[in-house]
Amino acid sequence: MPIDSVDDVRAGLAEHDYLADEGLATAVFLALRLHRPLLLEGEAGVGKTEVANVLSAWTGGELVRLQCYEGIDVAQAVYEWDYARQLLHVRTVEATHRLGDDIEDELYSERFLVRRPLLRAITDAGGGGAPPVLLIDEVDRADDEFEAFLLEILADYAVTVPELGTFKATRPPVVVITSNRTRDVHDALKRRCLYHWVEHPDFEREVAIVRLRAPDASEQLARNVAAAAAAMRDLGLYKPPGVAESIDWAEALAILGRDELDEASFAATLGTIVKYREDQERIRREGIGALVAEARRGA
Amino acid sequence: MAPDSAAVAFVRVLRSSGIEVPLGSTLVYVNALAEIDASSRPQVYWAGRATLVRRSEDVPVYDRAFARFWQGVSSPEHTIVDTFTMELAIEDDDNGEGEPEPESPDADATQQTLVVRASPIEVLRHKDFALCSDDELDETRRLMDDLQLAGALRRSRRLRPVRHRRGQGTRPDVRATVRRSVRAGGEAVVPSRRGPGQRPRNLVLLLDVSGSMDPYARALIRFAHAAVATRRRGRVEAFALGTRLTRLTRALSSHDADEAMASAADAAEDWSGGTRLGDGLRTFNDQWGVRGLARGAVVVILSDGWDRGDPGELAEQMARLHRVARRVVWVNPLKASDGYAPLARGMSAALPYVDDFVEGHSLAALEELAEVVGRE
Repeated sequence: MPIDSVDDVRAGLAEHDYLADEGLATAVFLALRLHRPLLLEGEAGVGKTEVANVLSAWTGGELVRLQCYEGIDVAQAVYEWDYARQLLHVRTVEATHRLGDDIEDELYSERFLVRRPLLRAITDAGGGGAPPVLLIDEVDRADDEFEAFLLEILADYAVTVPELGTFKATRPPVVVITSNRTRDVHDALKRRCLYHWVEHPDFEREVAIVRLRAPDASEQLARNVAAAAAAMRDLGLYKPPGVAESIDWAEALAILGRDELDEASFAATLGTIVKYREDQERIRREGIGALVAEARRGA
Repeated sequence: MAPDSAAVAFVRVLRSSGIEVPLGSTLVYVNALAEIDASSRPQVYWAGRATLVRRSEDVPVYDRAFARFWQGVSSPEHTIVDTFTMELAIEDDDNGEGEPEPESPDADATQQTLVVRASPIEVLRHKDFALCSDDELDETRRLMDDLQLAGALRRSRRLRPVRHRRGQGTRPDVRATVRRSVRAGGEAVVPSRRGPGQRPRNLVLLLDVSGSMDPYARALIRFAHAAVATRRRGRVEAFALGTRLTRLTRALSSHDADEAMASAADAAEDWSGGTRLGDGLRTFNDQWGVRGLARGAVVVILSDGWDRGDPGELAEQMARLHRVARRVVWVNPLKASDGYAPLARGMSAALPYVDDFVEGHSLAALEELAEVVGRE
C-alpha cells in the first residue's frame, strides 16, 4: 500500500471510516514517513485513540495497546520473566536427573520471557507484514519514572534485557501517543514526537462522521445532532460534547425511531450527550426548545 | 531562498516570537518539508505545526509567524510577545503606620540591602508585608527560600521493595526473591515483597493579583517562586487569578528570582486589575483542576476575597474544586487584622468549601502555612 502523499493518508483513513482533516492527515503522513512517534492531545472524545485503531486496520500492522496508569513499571510495560515456569523447569530437570551446564541459559531464554506491549511492538516487526501500531494511551496518567524509560525506548526503538541482550526493531513500529493533558508531558518526550492538537471537527465533517459511524441515523438527524452539539460547545459546559458523544446520541435517537431532533427526545436522551448534572441543568435553563430550533435552523 | 535556509530562517522567526524550538526539531522540519508537497500552502503549514509546535498555547503564535513569513502578510499585532513592565508599589495610604520611605533608585539597592541585613530577623518575621520596605521584602524573600513547601504524602501506586514481611497492600516480589535465593544455593528461603511507597501530593497555588492584593502580591509571588523553583519534593504549580487565569509555573521555574518575577509579570497581563474570582476558578477547574491537576492535591488560594464577580459562581466553582481536591487552603492576608470578619461577599461565599483558613500577611504566617500544607 503506497503512502506517497498526504492525500493517500486521508483516503486510507477514510476507507476505514475515519475522516481526518488536513492537519491530522499531514501529521500522520509525516509520522509514517519520518518514523517518529505522533503525540496527539485534545479534548476527550475527539477521536485520538481511534487514530491508532484505524491506522492498524489500514496498514495491516498489529495494534499493540498500552494503557498508562500511575505506577506502571517495566514488568507491566516491557517484559517479565515467567518465574513459575522457570521453577517448574528446574524441578523437572532435577527429577529427570538431566545433566549439563546449559540449564541456566535455558532458564533465561526467550521461552520464559513474557513480552509486554512495548517489547512486543519492537520484536513483532520481524515478519514480512506491516510494522505494528503501538498505541500508548493516556500517557499523562503515568508518572515521571515511566516517561523516563519510555523516552529511552522511543529514542532508538530498542529494549535491553540484561540476561538476554538487546532487542532492536528491524522496522520501527508506528507509535501513537495520546494525552488528555491532565499534566504537561515532559519536554524531552515531546521533542521526540510530532505533535498534533486534535480539534472538534467543523460542521460538515461532523455530519459526515456521524453518518459514517451511526449508519442508522438519517441524514436529517445527523445534521440536527451535529448542529445541536456545536451549539452546546458554545454554552461553556464543564464537559462540552465531543464527536464520540455526537455519535452515541445519533445512535440513541435512531434506536428511538427518530428521523429528526425534537424537544421530547432531546430531553429523554440528554444523558447520552452531557454527563454532568450541572451541565444538564444548564441546558434545561438555556431551553431545550431553543436549542432544537437552533439546530433545525442551522442544519 | 533555498528550502533549507528558508526553513532555518522561519525557525528563527518562531524563536524570536517566543516559541522554544530545539535544533533537533529544525532538522525534522527540514526533512518533513522534503516529504510533503511544498507547493501546497496547507501542507507546509501543517508540516511546521506537527514538527515545531509542542504546546497548544503556542499555536496562535505559530499562526501569526507563519502568516508573516510564508505569506508576507504584515499583521498589525506583529509584536507577538507583549512586554509588560510591572511596578508593584507598596501602598501606604490606607495605613498611616507605614514607613514613608521614598522609592529608592536601583543604584542604592545594594547598599541599602546591607543596612537591612542588620535588622533582626525575628522582627521581620512578624512584620506585615504591606508595611515592609522594598529591601525588607528582599530580605524576607531570602528567608522564604528556606521554607519547605510540599504537599502531604499520599500512598503511591508505584510499588517499591519493602523490608517488612507483612504490610498493607504488599505483594510477593518474585524477581527479587529469585535473585536472593541465589545466595541460598537456589532455595527461595526468604520471600521478598513489594509494597506501595509514598509520594507528595500535588500542590497548587492560586494567587490573586488584583488591585486590592497589591500590598501583598509581590511578597506572595516570591513565596510562590520559592515553592516552584526550589521544589524539593513533588510537583508545585502556580497560577495567577486576575480578570483571567494565567499559568505562572513555567515563568516562575527560573532559579534567578528577578528573572522569574519579570517573566511572571509578563505572563500575567492583568496585574493589579479587578478580580473575578469565580470566572478565574472556573477556567482553572475546566482546563487544569478537574482534569487531573487538582485531583487529590492540596490547593492553596491566596486572596483577600474581594470579588467583583457573581458570588454564586464563586461558590459553585469552589464546590467543584472542593470535590476533587484533597484539601483547600485559603490564605487571606487581611485575616490578621484586628476585628476581621469574612464579610467580603466572595470570601463568605467561598468559606463553606475551605478546609483551612489561614493568615498570610507575614513570614511567620507563611511558615505556618507551610506547616498546614504538609499536614496530613
